[in-house]
Formats: sequence, C-alpha cells, structure tokens
Amino acid sequence: MKLALAQINTKLGDVDANLEKHLNLIGDAVARSSDLILFPELSLTGYTLQDITPTVAHRPTADDPIFRQLLEASREIDMVVGFVDEDERHRFYIADAYLSQGKVIHVHHKVYLPTYGLFDEGRFFAWGDSIRAFDTRFGRVGMLICEDFWHVSPPYLLWLDGADILLLTSASPGRGLNNEDKLESARWVEHTNRAYANLFTSFVAHSNRVGYEDGLNFWGGSTVYDPNGDLLVKAPYHEEALTFVELDLNQLHRTRARLPLLRDERTHLVQAELNRILSK
Amino acid sequence: MSNLNINTDLARKILTGFIKSELNRVGFKRAVIGLSGGIDSALSLALTTEAIGKENVLAVRMPYKASSQDSLDHAQLAIDKFGVQSLTIPITEMVDPLIALDPEMSKTRKGNIMARCRMIVLYDQSEAFGGLVIGTSNKTEILLGYSTIFGDSASALNPIGDLYKTQVRQLSRAMGVPDEIVDKAPSADLWANQTDESELGFTYAKADQLFYLLIDQRYRVEECVAAGFDEAFVRAVLKRVQQNQFKRMLPPIAKISNRTIGYDFLYLRDWGT
Repeated sequence: MKLALAQINTKLGDVDANLEKHLNLIGDAVARSSDLILFPELSLTGYTLQDITPTVAHRPTADDPIFRQLLEASREIDMVVGFVDEDERHRFYIADAYLSQGKVIHVHHKVYLPTYGLFDEGRFFAWGDSIRAFDTRFGRVGMLICEDFWHVSPPYLLWLDGADILLLTSASPGRGLNNEDKLESARWVEHTNRAYANLFTSFVAHSNRVGYEDGLNFWGGSTVYDPNGDLLVKAPYHEEALTFVELDLNQLHRTRARLPLLRDERTHLVQAELNRILSK
Repeated sequence: MSNLNINTDLARKILTGFIKSELNRVGFKRAVIGLSGGIDSALSLALTTEAIGKENVLAVRMPYKASSQDSLDHAQLAIDKFGVQSLTIPITEMVDPLIALDPEMSKTRKGNIMARCRMIVLYDQSEAFGGLVIGTSNKTEILLGYSTIFGDSASALNPIGDLYKTQVRQLSRAMGVPDEIVDKAPSADLWANQTDESELGFTYAKADQLFYLLIDQRYRVEECVAAGFDEAFVRAVLKRVQQNQFKRMLPPIAKISNRTIGYDFLYLRDWGT
C-alpha cells in the first residue's frame, strides 16, 4: 500500500483556498500511484479558529459543496481530511473523515480537546464520544487527532478494536527550544508514536502540518513507523512536503509471528481491573 | 544553573520563517527596523535580512544629540555587515521643543519622549518604504517592563520576544552580529553612560537564570530560593513583572455589550490569511 503524507500549510478560515490545495496534492498523489493520502488536523480550515469556527463548518456528505469535490476525488485515491464537523444539533467538532471510492467510510470526532497552556479547544468545540476502528480496502484502520494520541487509551482501544494501521493527524504548535536538534514537542510525539508502533505491533502514520498562525509555528516532521517500531519515512521539519512511503502490510504477519503481544493481550483482565478501579 | 543554551540553527529557521510568513500573508515583502547600535536590534536585523533579503530591509538610525558616537558607529557596523539599505534621521529637532516646555523634566520623561519620537519616525518610514516595523524587544526586557510603552515596544511583529537576553547573545554570535555589538554593555543610551544593568540593579544573566525557573519551569518562589536565589531578589523581580503587565497588553475595554473586543470577539491577527 502506497501512502502519501500531505504535510501542508493552511489559510486560516479559508476553506476554498485549502480545498484547492487538497485537490492539487491529491492529483499529485494519484499521479504517483498512491493508494491513500493523509492530510493533517483541520487541514481544510486552519487550526486556531476561535470565533471563526461556526463559519467554516461542513457536513461530510455528497451534497456539501466542499465534500462533493473531495468525494469525487476519492474515486481515485483514499484520503483522510481534517475539518470542522457541525452535527444536526449544531455542535462543532474537530473531525477527520476517511473517504474512499466516493463514499464517507468513517468520521472521527476528536475526543480529547486540550484546554490548557496555549490551547483553548474546549472553549470552541464539542468533545467527541467514540473511538472506533473501521474497515478499509487496506485492512482495519483507526484515526486519532493530536491530543487523542497524547493519551494512551485511544490508540489502545483502536488496537483492541482491530486497527492494524493508526492514522494520526495533528496541527502541533512547535515549542520547547533547547540545545537539542529538535523541539521538545517534536521529540515527545516521535517517541510516543514509535512506542505505539512497538507496543501495538502496528503501523503508525502521522501527518502534521507546517506554517505559522500569528506567533505559533507548526513543525511538520510527519512520520511512519512500521510494526517493528522502525522509522519508514520522515518528512522535513517546518516545510511543506508530499512524502511517499510503501507499507508492506505483510510486515504485520512477520512481526506478530515473532512478537505475539496482540495474541497475549489480556483484555478481560484489563476490563476486570478497570471495573474495580472505576467502582471505587 | 539553568541551561539556557538553544539550538541556534533551529531558532534561526523558526524565526526567519515567522518573519517571512507574517509579512507575506498580509501582502508585505519589506520591513523597517530601528537600529540603536545594540544587540537586540542587530539580531532582529540579521534575522529579517536572512528571512526576506537585504534589498527588502530598511535600517533606520535615529540619533539624539546626546546619543553616544559608539551607538551610531555600531549601528553602521550592522548595516555594513548585513548590507541593507539605511537612513539616518536625527530626532533632536523633534525632541528638544518638547523638552524645552519643562525645565524640570526628569530623565525618564526625556527618555520616553525620545523613544516615542523614534516610534513616529519608524512608522512613517513603514508607510514610505512599504514595509512593516520589526520589533526588537527580548523576553527579559518584556518581562521586566524595561521599555517605553508605545515607544520602543511598538512594532508590527517581534521575532525575538521569546528569547532571553542570554539567548539573544548566543543567537547573535551564531548569525555574525559584529563582536563590538555583542560584547558591549547593554544600554538604552537615553543619557550619557546609562547602562541597563546599573539602572536595573542586577545583571541580565542573573535575571535570565531566574526567569527560566520562574516562567519556563513554573518554579514557586520558595523553590527558586532553594535553587540558590536570594528571596528579596526573587520577590523584587516578580513585583516588576507584575507591575509591568500593562505594557504587555492592549488597553482593556470596558465591557457593556454582549460581544466585546478583547473578551468574546476572538480572532487571530492572521484571520483569513
């Protein structure tokens, strides 16, 4: 399976301009015979939306003017796009949609909204309330957005729900410059994603955006780790890039034959202990 | 002591990218910088030149009659080093009629007038040159409030405001700011033989060590004391930070409507760009 990581900058609140960039990169990825293209968190809107939020929301349906074009493009390539989803009752979510062959296969609403430090997502967005893996033509997959994978439980649940490929998206503001060759935020995410690949013997693909919004920089450095925890590819820091990588899905067979962590995972023990802990 | 060392290559990449992005997205490709002859404005000049090219940068020297010759010479060193366009616009004829209004005028008032006259010159050159004014205040002086509000603190964007003075020095060396500028004692040069550190009563190096613990690492006062700082010094610095919060904000607007600028009308400056 050939994956394209679309590490892009966005225009803040300009969905039409961002859609055009998506369609251009989708065209490039199709020309390079890619099977799936992964865009970052809020790729259609930009990140620090604040009061822009309600004006850039879309429904992932064929009658939506933005999604109609993306769904059309998805006949040639699967894709994950980031957007603001407004539900029937007018709650706004940070969302990722997986589109394939003209259909919306799955929508994930971000379940952890960072509202501390420089983040203020809980002020503007509703909290998602489900974490589900889903089937694609490449096997079972799970999607998580940024803070979702700073917590260990969402990737763990996706693993138990059958996901062998984690598709992670983010708009991660760069912070923590010290004497090292990368920002603390980059170091943290790379360690963590590699650990997930190791612990869950799964593919972990991460698409992070670049560019600036006021004084915030987004650091890029999108990565894919294989089920052995080996780095397959890494996009540059701080620069737009369309990065291609071939995933040999048979690596799942080989790694899990050697290291049966999934087989041996004692989910009932986890459940029993969670029940005990939560009933205290 | 805390390690304030930074990876200068990475700082350079992030800060030049910031300058280029924040200028270009609002339709500008040029910039204006007031050069004092000191290290902060020399570093802002170095970063801006690297970001957008020397042909797009205008450096402005704005001496007052009492300014030291060194300040003027050092500013010229930076102009020559980075090859940018430059102007020299003395402010004496702007400043002196105001000072003449009050024979009892304090040094602080005179200094504030000079800083604000320079702001007027820079914003006028901003319009004439078609470039935005680049800020030259570092994190240490912003925290200490060691600036004139609506004077030297005024700018369209500030690439060095999250760098402590110690880090300004490190990055300046890495970017080739001339040694004469990096090595001299910091001074606002608002009167003869003024130095920042004698006026503040402590060194930037010491303030930076404390700020790293207080601000970046969120140490409490007692933890700073346990780490070796004198409690009176810690409390005096904290008080300065608190008393100067007003210089770091837009003026508060009295809320009476349902939706008020500054409270619940929330957009980044980069809205729509």
